Amino acid sequence: MPFWTFFGLRNGKASTAWPRTVEGSGQEGLLGMPRFEPERCTPHCNECAAVCPSSAISVQIDDAGKQRLAVDYGRCVVCQLCVEACPSGAATASFDWAFGTRERSDLLLADGSVLRERTHQARSSRNGFRRSLHIRHVDAGSCNGCESELQALNNPFYNLHRLGIFFTPSPRFADLLLVTGPVTYAMREPLRRAYDAMPEPRWVMAVGACAVSGGVSGGGYACSNGLDGILPVDLYLPGCPPNPAAIIDALLLFLDRVPQKIRGGRVVE
Amino acid sequence: MSIGAETAASGVDLRTITPEEVPATVADVIRKGGRMQMAYAWRPSSRRIELRYVASREARKEFLVWRCLVNGAVPSVASICPLLGWYEREIADLFGVEFTGHPEPVRLVLHPGARPKAPPLDPSYPIDTLLPFEAADGGLPEIASDDVQRLPFGPVRADVVESVELIFFYVGEHILHLHPQLFFKHRGMEKRFEGRPLSSAVVLAERVSGVGSFAHALAFCQAVEHAAGCDVPLRARMLRSLLAELERLYNHLHYLGHLSHTTTLKVGEAEGKLLEERAKQINARLAGSRFLRGLLTPGGLRRDLDPEPWLSEELETVRKKIATYTGMLENTNSHLDRLITTGVLPKQVAFDQGATGPIQRGSGFDRDLRRNHPYAAYPDLPFEAPVRSSGDAHARAQVRIAEIDASIALIQTVLRLIKPGPVQVPCAPQPHSEGLGWAESPRGSLFYAVHFGGDGMLSRVKIKSPSFSNWRVFPFTVHGSNMMDYAINEASFGLTVAGCDR
Repeated sequence: MPFWTFFGLRNGKASTAWPRTVEGSGQEGLLGMPRFEPERCTPHCNECAAVCPSSAISVQIDDAGKQRLAVDYGRCVVCQLCVEACPSGAATASFDWAFGTRERSDLLLADGSVLRERTHQARSSRNGFRRSLHIRHVDAGSCNGCESELQALNNPFYNLHRLGIFFTPSPRFADLLLVTGPVTYAMREPLRRAYDAMPEPRWVMAVGACAVSGGVSGGGYACSNGLDGILPVDLYLPGCPPNPAAIIDALLLFLDRVPQKIRGGRVVE
Repeated sequence: MSIGAETAASGVDLRTITPEEVPATVADVIRKGGRMQMAYAWRPSSRRIELRYVASREARKEFLVWRCLVNGAVPSVASICPLLGWYEREIADLFGVEFTGHPEPVRLVLHPGARPKAPPLDPSYPIDTLLPFEAADGGLPEIASDDVQRLPFGPVRADVVESVELIFFYVGEHILHLHPQLFFKHRGMEKRFEGRPLSSAVVLAERVSGVGSFAHALAFCQAVEHAAGCDVPLRARMLRSLLAELERLYNHLHYLGHLSHTTTLKVGEAEGKLLEERAKQINARLAGSRFLRGLLTPGGLRRDLDPEPWLSEELETVRKKIATYTGMLENTNSHLDRLITTGVLPKQVAFDQGATGPIQRGSGFDRDLRRNHPYAAYPDLPFEAPVRSSGDAHARAQVRIAEIDASIALIQTVLRLIKPGPVQVPCAPQPHSEGLGWAESPRGSLFYAVHFGGDGMLSRVKIKSPSFSNWRVFPFTVHGSNMMDYAINEASFGLTVAGCDR
C-alpha cells in the first residue's frame, strides 16, 4: 500500500511564491482584457460594438459630432471578438487580467473622460481582517467556470490558506460574501438569506462578469443583471472567469494589502 | 412520411408522425435495440408547436428524428421510456404542452413558485421580463411515517460548490429517498441564443457549462455546420479533437482530486488538483484560455494553433505523473474500500433512465459518441472506450482513469499526424435550415439542435447536456444507501449543475 505522506514530502513544496515575487502567477499565455486606443478608431466604425456578445462596447456620437468609444469592462467576457473585428488596431489583445475595483465606475472606459483622482478609501473597518478573512461563497447561477477557478484557489499551487484567507461553510462565520452568477430568479432569496445570516461588519464581492453586470447570461426571463440592486457590493471583479491569481489579487485589494490596479477602465500600475 | 419546408441535412433521418403515433414509435426504437436521446419543442414562426424526438440506432448510422405537430394534449411516453419523462416535463414547463398519462405530472425546470404569464420559451412571452416568483413547496413525496425524517440541504451548501438543494428522506443513517431540487440555476440559456449572430452564439455556448466550454461550443458549431452543409478542413478537425481531449484531461484530473477529497485522502486530493492546475495552465499556454474558450467558430477555428514542440513533451511529463498518481490510488485500500460497492448503478437502470458518458460505461454500456457517431477527426483516430461492468463508484473512477490515458494517447496521435493547412471555411446556413450537432463531452453525450428562421437568424436552440441525463439517474443509486457514502457517491458521478440547469 502506498505511503502517501512520504509521496507528499518527496514532491516538496508545490506552492508558488507569487504574489511575493513578480513571476510565478501561473498565467502564462492567458489572454486578458482587450485594450482600446480610441484615438486610433476609424471614423464611423462600429465593428467592435457590433460583435460584442455582452454589449460591453458602445460607439456614440457626442454633441460636438465627435465619435466616442465607451467600454464597460464589467461586462467584458474576454472573448476577443472585438480584437478580431477591429480594422484599425484600436482594439488589441493583452495579457491584462481582470482586476478588481472598489467602485463599479472604475471599470468604465470612456473616451475623452478625465481620469479621476484616486478616491480615498476608509481602511478602519477592515483593519482587523487584513491577516484573516473568512469567505462564504454563493453560486447565484454561474456557469461553473468561476467555481472551477475558486476551487483552484485551494489547490497546492495557489494555496490560498498561506495568505490567511479561508472559505467557510457557514455564513455565520463569514466576513465576506463572494457571489458568482447573474442571480437567477430562484437564487435571489437563498442569496439574500445567506447575506442576512452574516454577522456585521460584512462585505460583498461580485466575482465574474455575470455577478458584476449580468455578462452574457444576465437578463431574459430567468436572470437579473448581477448584484447591483440586490446586495450592496464592496468589490467588483470582472472576467469570464477571472483566473485564480486575479481572484487572489482582488482579495488582497479588498484587504488593502495591494493597491487597486485599474481606474477609469485603464491599468494604472 | 412527409418532409416539409424545413429539410434536415444529411446525417439525420427526419420523419413526421402524429401525436397518437408517438408511443408506438418510441416502443419500436427500444425493441430494435435503439435508444431515445432527447425530446424538445419549438415553434416555427406563427405555426403550431412542433415536438422533436431524437433517437440513436446502431453505431455509425444516422440519428433518427421524428417531428410531431402538437394539436392538443400529447400522450406521455415516460412509462415506456423513463428517460423521456424529464424532457416531457421540461416541454410542459417551457412551452405549455400538456402530456397525458405522465407518471410525474409536476414541474421540473420551473420552480413551483414561478408564475410566468406565458410559457417562457413561447414567442408570446414578453422579452426580458423576469418571471414572477414566490417560493413554494411542490413535487415532494409525502411521508406516511413519523420515523422518517426530512433533511433539506442547500441550495447554498458547504464549500465552494454549485447551487442545488438535496432533500433527503431518511431513517437514522439509511436514506430512503433523495429528491434533488435542481434548476435553481436555470438561466434560460436556450432562449438567449435566439436572434444572436453566430459568432456571439458560440461565446454563449461556451458559457452554458464552464467546465464543458469546449464540448458545448463544438456541439453547437457542428450543429450549425450540419445545417449549412459545411465541410470543416482537416487541420481544424484535428485541432478540435486535440482540444476536446485536453478538456477531458483537466476535468478527469479534477474528478480524481475531488473523489480523493470525499474519501479523505488528503495527499491524493492535493496531487489530483495540482495535476488539474497543470493541465489548465497547459490550456492557457496553448489556447490563451484555461477553459479552451475563444477558439471555435462555425466552419472551423477562429485562429490556428501552434502546439509544437512543447505540448507533446509537457504531456509526456504529465502522463508519467498521472500514471504514478493513479497507480497509487488504485492500491490504496482506505480509498478503494469507500468506492467498491458504493452507489451501484445496475445496467438496466442506466439504460432506462438515460445514463451517459463514464457513468454508463461504468455500468457496462460500451457507448461513446466519438466512436459510435464520430465527428471532428475521430473517424480517423484509433481509439478505445474503456468499459467496466460493476456499476459502482470504483467502476466510474476506473473508467475515467483509463480515459485519461486514452485522451493523452489521442492527443499525441494528433500531434504526430497533423499537417499544415487552412483552419476555417465560410459557413452560412440558409433560412429555414436546421441541424443537429453532438459531442462526447467529459461527462457524456451532449447534443445541440439548431433551427434557423426565415430571416436566417437562430430561432431555436435546444441543449441536451450530459448532466441533465446523469442527474436524473443519480438518485437511483442513493435510494437505500447510507449517509456516510453519499458524498463519495455524488463525487463519483462527477455532475455539474450549470449544464443540467442551463
